Amino acid sequence: MADTAKPKGGSARASTAKRRTRKDTTGLENEKPETLLDYYRQMLFIRRFEERTGQAYTQARIGGYCHLNLGEEATVVGLMTALQQRDYLFTNYRDHGYAIGKGMDPKRVMAELYGRVDGVAKGWGGSMHMYDTETRMLGGYGIVGGQLPLAAGAALAVTYRGGDEVVMCQMGDGTTNIGAWHESLNLAKLWNLPVVFVVINNFTGMGTTVDMASAEPDLYKRGAAFRMEGERVDGRDVLAVRDTAAKLVERAREEQTPFLLEAWSYRQKGHSVVDPAKYRTEEQKDEARSDENDPITIFDAQLTKAGILTDELRDEIAASVKAEVAEAADFAENSPKPDPSTLFDYTYATPVPNESRRMPADPVFAE
Amino acid sequence: MSVITYRQALRDTLRAEMVRDENVLVIGEEIGVFEGSYKITEGLLKEFGPRRVKDTPIAEEGFVGAAVGAAMLGLRPVVELMTINFSLIAIDQIINHAAKIYGMFGGQTSVPLVIRTPGGGGQQLGATHSQNIELFYSFIPGLKVMAPSTPAEASSMLRAAIRDDDPVLFLENLGLYNSKGEVPDDYAEPENTKAATIGRAAVTREGSDITLIGYSRMATVATKVAEQLAEEDISVEVVDLRSLRPLDRQTFVDSVKKTGSAVICEDDWLTYGIGAEIAASIQEGAFDYLDAPVRRVAMAEVPMPYAKPLETAALPSVESISTVIKETLSAVGKRVG
Repeated sequence: MADTAKPKGGSARASTAKRRTRKDTTGLENEKPETLLDYYRQMLFIRRFEERTGQAYTQARIGGYCHLNLGEEATVVGLMTALQQRDYLFTNYRDHGYAIGKGMDPKRVMAELYGRVDGVAKGWGGSMHMYDTETRMLGGYGIVGGQLPLAAGAALAVTYRGGDEVVMCQMGDGTTNIGAWHESLNLAKLWNLPVVFVVINNFTGMGTTVDMASAEPDLYKRGAAFRMEGERVDGRDVLAVRDTAAKLVERAREEQTPFLLEAWSYRQKGHSVVDPAKYRTEEQKDEARSDENDPITIFDAQLTKAGILTDELRDEIAASVKAEVAEAADFAENSPKPDPSTLFDYTYATPVPNESRRMPADPVFAE
Repeated sequence: MSVITYRQALRDTLRAEMVRDENVLVIGEEIGVFEGSYKITEGLLKEFGPRRVKDTPIAEEGFVGAAVGAAMLGLRPVVELMTINFSLIAIDQIINHAAKIYGMFGGQTSVPLVIRTPGGGGQQLGATHSQNIELFYSFIPGLKVMAPSTPAEASSMLRAAIRDDDPVLFLENLGLYNSKGEVPDDYAEPENTKAATIGRAAVTREGSDITLIGYSRMATVATKVAEQLAEEDISVEVVDLRSLRPLDRQTFVDSVKKTGSAVICEDDWLTYGIGAEIAASIQEGAFDYLDAPVRRVAMAEVPMPYAKPLETAALPSVESISTVIKETLSAVGKRVG
């Protein structure tokens, strides 16, 4: 599966010619229809969940920074399907879909976005910081590259105990230029750690293209400096992502060594909800939002052509997704807001004397 | 009681904790084969092997972050940073990650991590290797910062740091490694349960004329000052802060209420330094008891020079601290030596 199309310099302006070489319905005959429909539903769910998130953000129900997975649904579902339940996940701040894909209750993800007590992080994290010990999603992280050393360390703990879990570490294309990238990939290879580093290449770190930022724009090749095998996959293709990721995850487990995976796809909107993406030309915007690059439209067409997705089923799935997203939003809306009296609940895990519990107007010395 | 060095107290306590708890491992540059730049990890690789004594590449951000990630899964890594100056390369992992993960995710995972690192000027190491920047970490909620000044404290505080579930910046000092002091006979026993209390300062010498506050190496200098001034019939009470976060304000404020004046000696720079926080706390907590302005004796505000006379001039000393104490006592009209 060498060099599966697109990037070539990494610019979103790159030729569109190669993109139509993708397989149509070939391969689907070996898949269970219910599995494919499940992927379809998951992808659609993330799409609708993120649309609802964007809407709630513009209604000021959600605050802070808010980055959506729109356009990445096939990548998210493919990657999460490739992991075993016991495997660990670290991601960057564009994490809502991953949180849901790894098994978190969407109601609680939405409640976190709303900053409510039923949120996955009890309202302490917000959009960029989904976390759940039980499903082993060990955090969305807001600092570019911050999650990479953590993922290597989690894998170190796994090998320290002789476990067979794999750690997946997701990041954006811009991350491949920061120091933590180099240090973490080096450590992971040096210490034989079972980590799959996944670069989501949407061709732009905020508004800076891969060409502008990376001296080696073929990002999957950048593991070469650490003798780390890398692969590139068409991130619009849920099955290709699943198969390539599953292969690398299982190899990491078997061979106890890290791998690099680059999945390319389009960021349909701006970097975050508030970014109108003015740095994109109309042509680039059209390309990012076109049906031919929309993973859900692509998969829908494949499934329809194969006779797996009927109009009736499509409507049924759409209705159930719509209802579940509405339920998540209602749940979030009705979840209580955290009480200010809980402000000091999570500063330290081990209580010690003289921890400050001073509110802004309190004197340093009480009473 | 036996008399050992600060270095040996750290080394033997670290070893004891590794014997006690399989989850304790040490990670850092030159700690295994080289046995530690300052030999705190001497013999550990031979005894525990490379699984538990992990030599790293020169990649502070990478291995400090890896230790944070390992701690999230329940290991208890003790990271050595060769000097606190190098912590700046890892500062994103310390401040944005280690200190945030417990609170930011709503208390779901703690980070039981210890970062051992020495500060300290006076070794002719020049501008980039002589800084005392523990302030950066003492500023951050979510971190705990400990600064032992004696071998006994080094031992009981390291034990406390390793057994604590939060990230601890454990400040050592290049000037203290060879200093000696008494330690309890069982200081190196894995079964030892006598750990220090994080968040507590101590009055290490009682006095009645003035309070002298310091931590780490400056707490030992403060004791020397008190001993010398005792010969001039000046009674100095010494407070060793021991814990920079949480900060035990009550202990030094109570002391100042008793003596009526205070001098702070610190190895860092004066402007915005640790002493500024201490002085502000005294002002708020003991305003009615103060007979004179609180004075600070701190490093001269220059990048530390290499040449010995310049370096010596930049650092607080027994003499400079004694001078400031006498000036403060004169200001209140108390008889001075």
